[in-house]
Amino acid sequence: MGKTLAEKVLSRKSQIDVYAGDIIVASVDLAFVQDTTGPLTVREFEAAGFKSPANGRKTVLFLDHATPSPNRQLSNDHILLRSFARRTGSRLFDVGEGVCHQIVAESLVKPGDVIIGADSHTVTAGGLGAFATGMGSSDVAVAFALGKTWFRVPESIRVVVSGSLQKGVYAKDIILHLIGSIGADGATYQSLEFSGDTIDTMSVSGRLTIANMAIEAGAKVGLFAADEVTHKYLIEQARGDDYQPISPDTDASYIRKITIDATKIEPTVSKPHTVDNTATAKELKGTMIQQVFIGTCTNGRLEDLAVAASILEGKKRHPETRVIIAPASKKILLQAIEAGYIQTFIEAGAAILPPGCAACLGLHQGVLGEGEACLSTANRNFKGRMGNPDAFIYLGSPATAAATAISGEITDPREVL
Amino acid sequence: MLKGRAFKFGDSISTDHIVPGRLAHLRSNLPELAKHVLEDADPTFASRVKTGDFIVAGNNFGLGSSREHAPLVIKMAGISAILVKSVARIFFRNAINLGLPVLVCDTDKINDGDELEVDLEQGIISDKTNGNQLTFKKIPKAMLSILDEGGLIPYIKKHGDFKL
Repeated sequence: MGKTLAEKVLSRKSQIDVYAGDIIVASVDLAFVQDTTGPLTVREFEAAGFKSPANGRKTVLFLDHATPSPNRQLSNDHILLRSFARRTGSRLFDVGEGVCHQIVAESLVKPGDVIIGADSHTVTAGGLGAFATGMGSSDVAVAFALGKTWFRVPESIRVVVSGSLQKGVYAKDIILHLIGSIGADGATYQSLEFSGDTIDTMSVSGRLTIANMAIEAGAKVGLFAADEVTHKYLIEQARGDDYQPISPDTDASYIRKITIDATKIEPTVSKPHTVDNTATAKELKGTMIQQVFIGTCTNGRLEDLAVAASILEGKKRHPETRVIIAPASKKILLQAIEAGYIQTFIEAGAAILPPGCAACLGLHQGVLGEGEACLSTANRNFKGRMGNPDAFIYLGSPATAAATAISGEITDPREVL
Repeated sequence: MLKGRAFKFGDSISTDHIVPGRLAHLRSNLPELAKHVLEDADPTFASRVKTGDFIVAGNNFGLGSSREHAPLVIKMAGISAILVKSVARIFFRNAINLGLPVLVCDTDKINDGDELEVDLEQGIISDKTNGNQLTFKKIPKAMLSILDEGGLIPYIKKHGDFKL
């Protein structure tokens, strides 16, 4: 019987033939935490009586959510994590390195890996063909110690995307469109497996954006085949040897098939306060925006900054719309400086933040005021997400964000491209 | 037998409603963090909830973040079980890992403030206020074995490995 991508990866790791519904124990190639989930993980690791991780190279701690630290409590959490890493021989990525999921993509994940992280957007690595999923601190503490975890092999939804995207429409619009149509629980417990000619020719950057938001439909993973596009990306990261092709079998069994005509997708925006509350950018014209935020594990990559820079080049932000931009990693920041994007942003009136999660989760660097609205390239717009339950968050592509930064109201980027 | 009052919530209660990111600095001070439980959904909840009470909610409860602090502060508030129409995947696994039952049932039949009795063994929820009896979906066997030990850490301490 043919296998889906999820069944293929999990079969390999559990060393038996597994199919949807099976309960398995699988080895993990990477288990990680970040600075807001790591301290609890460390405490649970110690409460369980564990002394050292099964494999320090596969045990990673990222400081990215609150970096540089905004207060002494979080600084103390950082001390706890640095000390754990030192004591146990685990790997640590400190302040300024970037968002965990971007560093995983650039430096750590291999196609066919099983990855768990104490962060729901761990699914991002599915863009490179890894079975990567978010879990809580207890699960990751146990995976640190035992080098394995248990899974229920998920059923898969096959999402086939075909046709060329219109100018001004990007991977972000595809995933917002999908979540808008299936709902925030439309794929709960399931694998969203993406294919079709739009996906075949899509860059890894775009695939990571889509995989990143699989969780916003409730999915356990968002999976892409590893192909020549993946190979080229890994070569660019000086990791060509980490490549292996992986694809689903043609006779694999899916519980649902969704087809998307990419040519019909328009620039899409999620309205407050749920990601599935979508509209087209055009329909939201007239919605005034006080803050534009470009960055995060969803859309803080070089391609995203390039699109934003092409729109902001020679322009100024609207006087009542502040713009904050956080590249997703140190590597991207350096490339963006080299390409001149950072200068473009600063000249357009943007504030540049260090690589990290920045304003995304509301603990610093761009907290919204009462009644304010933000157009963000992040993945979540829940009430209170950006630090204030009386604020409003709209989600869109970097192009929509840049076009909005100039006009001060939600703007379809096709108006300025 | 679990006994307590129902605290009713709607659909799509996210982990940001339960324990928002702006309180990340309190995550190493759990008693302080727990005072804010569900603050953005109902600011009066923390002061009204008593040991044994139930959260009763609609669809996709706990969507969003992997933060285990969300079920943890709910457990610390004394909630004995969460009754929902449906639950987000990571939240479900985290709650079970902490020994906190999440039961999937038709919560439309329960009103805010109802007195409930939940028999985990028999799989029956009795609403003492309106006389309704409800059944809940069986918790998968693998998760039940973790729940029965009081959570994942006690489970691993006892068994040393996954014996699912």
